[in-house]
Amino acid sequence: MVWDRSAIAARAAMEIQDGYYVNLGIGIPTLVANYVPADIHVTFHSENGMLGVGPFPYDDQVDPDLINAGKQTVTELATSSYFSSADSFAMIRGGHIDLAILGAMQVAENGDLANWMIPGKMVKGIGGAMDLVAGVKRVVVVMNHVTRDGKPKLMRKCELPLTGAGVVDRIITDICVLDVTNDGFRLIELAPGVDVSEVTENTDAEILIDAIAEL
Amino acid sequence: MPNKVHADARAALEDILFDGMSIMAGGFGACGIADLCIQEIRRRQIRDLKIISNNCGGEYVDRPGEGFGLWTWLQDGLISRAVCSYIGTNKTFEQQHLNKTIDLELSPQGTLAERIRAGGAGIGGFYTPTGAGTVIAEGKETREFDGRQYVLETGITADLAIVKAWKGDPAGNLIYRKTARNFNPMMATAGKITVAEVEHIVEPGELNPDGIHTPGVFVQRLFQGQAEKIIEQRTTRQRDLD
Repeated sequence: MVWDRSAIAARAAMEIQDGYYVNLGIGIPTLVANYVPADIHVTFHSENGMLGVGPFPYDDQVDPDLINAGKQTVTELATSSYFSSADSFAMIRGGHIDLAILGAMQVAENGDLANWMIPGKMVKGIGGAMDLVAGVKRVVVVMNHVTRDGKPKLMRKCELPLTGAGVVDRIITDICVLDVTNDGFRLIELAPGVDVSEVTENTDAEILIDAIAEL
Repeated sequence: MPNKVHADARAALEDILFDGMSIMAGGFGACGIADLCIQEIRRRQIRDLKIISNNCGGEYVDRPGEGFGLWTWLQDGLISRAVCSYIGTNKTFEQQHLNKTIDLELSPQGTLAERIRAGGAGIGGFYTPTGAGTVIAEGKETREFDGRQYVLETGITADLAIVKAWKGDPAGNLIYRKTARNFNPMMATAGKITVAEVEHIVEPGELNPDGIHTPGVFVQRLFQGQAEKIIEQRTTRQRDLD
């Protein structure tokens, strides 16, 4: 059994520690907010200029002037603050944000990350991704382990243009959790029922495997 | 004291637009864009525009082929060069970039914000770690500080900045609302001429001097007006019924 989107998000929520300031990317990362334990106090940062991002509004609370970086309508909390994009990225670049959780197209064993374009075919980014991975203290990637065509996304060297060089700390996929170490990928955890061979066969790089908690 | 307050977008922009000019446009997605200014510049069909903006307007997710903001300038072929951080789901922008009918310089969002802040503050350039080791750093000077690679990025100014504020007074002091602030405060400082589209122009004395976001020195012209606000993704939750 593999982790679905919700399970990946729930696992990623375990990365959040009490008191953290956290930036969530678009897609699966956005779901992470739903799985933060009640006894953990976290302040969500949105790079378009808000700290203390609240839940989605009730229908009669929707405000076009109050959105997150994914352009979704959100709400403010009692301790929220608003600021300019320059101040927002001072927080990011200046190392004031504890954790960024974002998606990826490819991650290399040295922590290189590619998530913004496919040459000649597709350009979505860059947005704030390059600043986030350069400045935030800890970078966690959440993504499916392979592409829709079954090709590895975790590899020795990224083929796609980089978002950041040597920036990723941890990767949470639908089948496992891996850390980027000085010696390459290290297996930390397996999704329930997933075999180590499934991870090694679908990863285009060596994986360090020592004693892990097989769930 | 010259009168900064104009009747509407047409009056505020009347004598300052020209083909080939550079324009900074505030906003993040549809949030905090100076939409009446954008509509007026489109009506005038000013061409060969060099724009600086986080994104370039957008296309409605549920209405393919329809868009808002600077997207309407793309649609009319008014833009020749763009400095932006994000393309996203803007297919017209992506296509014009891939077909090379538009000269696009992608700048990381924080770098873009800081380049505009620097331009408005008289700073020629700065070193940032953002983009080191990526294509963004190609052709740029790099330098090591404390064992880390930094990239030299340059400040940006423009012939005109169009910004959207919530409240303003006749001196041009501005206050923004919630996340509609985004790029507007830096852009207000970096336009040779800055035109502010303001929801409410209030009497002198009504704004608290301690709460001003953009002091009036940065704003040459303002007018009161508000286009219909656009919501790109209306996300809501249900009230518990118990």
